[in-house]
Parts: sequence; C-alpha cells; structure tokens
Amino acid sequence: MTLLASAANEPEPFHPPSLADFFPQVFLFAEPTIPWFEDDSPIFGINRIMLVRFIAAAVLILVFVLGTRKMKLIPTRGQSLVEMGLGFVRDGIAYDLLGEKDGKRFLPLLTTIFFMVLAMNLTGVVPFLNIAGTAVIGVPLVLAIVSYVAFIYAGIKKHPGAFFKNSLAPSGVPWFLYIIVTPLEFISTFVLRPITLTLRLMMNLLVGHLMLVLFFSATHFFLLSAGGLFPLLSVGTLAFGFAFTIFEIFVALLQAYVFAILTAIYIQLALAEEH
Amino acid sequence: MLTTALRMAGEEELPNPLLPAFYDILWSSVIFVVLLLIFWKVVLPRVQALLDERAAAIEGGIKKAEEAQAEAAAALESYNTQLAEARAEASVIKEKARADASKIEADLKARATEDAERITAQAHQRIEQERQAAFSSLKSEVGTLALDLSEKVVGESMDDSRSAAIVDRFLADLERADLQRDGVNR
Repeated sequence: MTLLASAANEPEPFHPPSLADFFPQVFLFAEPTIPWFEDDSPIFGINRIMLVRFIAAAVLILVFVLGTRKMKLIPTRGQSLVEMGLGFVRDGIAYDLLGEKDGKRFLPLLTTIFFMVLAMNLTGVVPFLNIAGTAVIGVPLVLAIVSYVAFIYAGIKKHPGAFFKNSLAPSGVPWFLYIIVTPLEFISTFVLRPITLTLRLMMNLLVGHLMLVLFFSATHFFLLSAGGLFPLLSVGTLAFGFAFTIFEIFVALLQAYVFAILTAIYIQLALAEEH
Repeated sequence: MLTTALRMAGEEELPNPLLPAFYDILWSSVIFVVLLLIFWKVVLPRVQALLDERAAAIEGGIKKAEEAQAEAAAALESYNTQLAEARAEASVIKEKARADASKIEADLKARATEDAERITAQAHQRIEQERQAAFSSLKSEVGTLALDLSEKVVGESMDDSRSAAIVDRFLADLERADLQRDGVNR
C-alpha cells in the first residue's frame, strides 16, 4: 500500500482485482424489482455478465445451427470440426459411461451442459468480454440443479420405489452400520453433489479471472505508472499473464469436461442396479 | 445487502459471490432452456440423421465390396474349372493321339510285313515257275541235243519211240543222282 501511495501522483493508480468485478451495474431492466428478495433485486436485470452470457449463447447457437445445416456425408473442414465437438460428448462422455441406449436419452442434456459451460468459460479469455459467464454463481448453480434433477429422475424412472433405498441403504452392509452409512450416503449423494458441482466450476473460473486481472493490471501499473526500474517487472508479469491465459483455456476445457462427465457418472450410478 | 453493496460500487463491503441475484438465476435458466431446446430439437437430430446416413452408406459400400469379391471368387472358380477341364481334355487328346500313332505305326508295320511277305511269296512263286519253265525247256533241249549228239556218234537215226525212252531213262537217272546228293547234303 505504501507503494500505491507513493505512486498516487501518477495518473493511473493500481487497480487490484476485486469481487466487485463479478457484480457490475445492472444497466437494463433495473425495474421492476422484488421488494422482499435481496433488497429489491431487479427481476429482469441485465448487467455486463448477463450480456457476456448472451453473447456466448448466441455464438453457440450460430455455430451449431449453421454448422449442422446442409451436412454432407463427406464433411467439409468446418463440418468435421462441429462433428468432432459433438462426437466428443457423444462418444467420449454419453455412450462411454451410459451405453448407447441410455446415452442417447441423456445426450441432449449432456451436450448442452458441456457446450454451455465451455462457451461461458472461454469468454474469460476473449478480448473485450474478459470474464467467464460461469464465474458468477447463476450458471453453475442452475446447471448443478439440472444435473441433480436429472440423476434423481433417471434413478426413480429406472427403479421406481427402490431408488432411494438403493442409494441410502446399500445392500451388503450389516444393518447396524446403516446408522452411520445412511446419513453419509444422504449427505454425499443428495447434498454435496450439487454443491461441489457448483463451487468447483464457479471458483475455478472466478479465481482464474482474478489471476488474469492481477497480472495484466500489474503489468499496466508497472509499465505506465510505477516509474524507475519497475517497467522491467512488467515483462515478467506480462509473461505470467500470457501463461495464465493459456492455462485458463485449458481450465475452461477441463471444467466443461468435468461438469459433463460428473453429470453422466451421477446418472450412471442412479441407473446401476445396486450400489 | 448484496445489491446495496453493488450500488456502493467498490466500497469496503464486498458482495458475497455465493449468493445469486434473482436475475442471475433467471437468465441462466433461460439460456440453458434455449440451448437445450436447440441441441435437442435441431442440432442433435441433424447429426443423428447424418450419422445414420453415413452408416448406411458405409454398410452399402461394404456390401457392394462383398458382392464384388464374391463375383470375383466365382469367376476365379469357373476359370479354374474350365482350366482343369481343358487340361483333362488336352491330356485325353494327347493320349488318343499317342494311341492312334502307335496303332498307325503297327498297321503300317503289319502292312509292310504283309507286303514284304507277299512280295517274297510272289518272287518265290515266279522263281519256281521260271525254274519249272527252264527245267522243261532244258529237258526238251537237253534231250534233243543229246539225241543229235548220239545220232552223230552212232551214225544212224534212232526212231522216236526208242529215243524218247532213252532220254527219259537218262533224266530219271539224273534226278535220282540229284536226290541222292541232296540226301547226302542234308
């Protein structure tokens, strides 16, 4: 802070990354509000994050609707790219874990989850968007709830009446152990799964954004505002920022894959005969 | 609290990132539903149709290739059969030709032998005839000569009946002498 204070006479002070980045001003539809919810929360409020998500969704729709129009038996370069993406989810996640029959049933869900998470993760490294749509809790939470509902639905549909018994009181365990096992199973299956899904995704992207902001804003500060020998440091921070950008692309892919594959695994476990 | 914090924009009190704003949930849900519908009803059916078409094309191609292969195998089979038949036929023909040739050779040989025998027989016959002819002409000439000679020696003519008897006796003696010599030679 003393460093910041000494640089105070410079035109640009250091902007540290802040959680406030994830809650920008609602610039559209600030009215109407819900009086009883979170201090007059706007119902249809649109801020920068929402706009970024809309852009990501629009790009997804464009790519996939246009990319699958007039498909040919022998694919063009663009078509094979689209097919490769969809084939990755179909063969690598859905059919691999659920088999072809159940995989086909849950394929739309898994495909949507994978590509929605991927697109909104990648906005974090897209210039001018510069923030992941999944770094704010709404999308991770909604998708976690979808995943939660999906595996419970799959379980109840497959084993009507026996799903909760199978999940909470697994067979092959001495009866007195149920006192311990059942609460543990309940917490791990029905409480922790959606929470971990939500937090894993959101925190990865949130921290990723904070790191990128830290490196680039430090580069900016060292180069333009700090003076003395500090501009030399900006080379290092810029290099780190570049490396972290690459890393963030990797994290974007990885987290999308993890979210989709965990959803598939939960469905697979729910469909399995016995636990 | 959260939105107050937002409105204070960068003051000490930071928003809690774990508390979702209502519009956050709303728009996230809307986006999810729209994307789900598009993938479910538009994109994935198109891809599935393409995959089915492609699988059918590949299966068709495989079937066609199998048919072509079967055809080729059948053709090869028939060629082999024909070749074997031709070979068998050729060997039969060769065999027959050899048999014919040996038969012809044997025929020729037989005919030649026959000819030779016949020619030999004819020659023998002719020799015999000529010998007979020579013998009979010689017989009469020798008789006449002998008579002429004896007439000149005796100085008188001998009547024909006596002379004939003499000649016959002489010749008979000659023949006997011949026979005796033959018998000694044997």
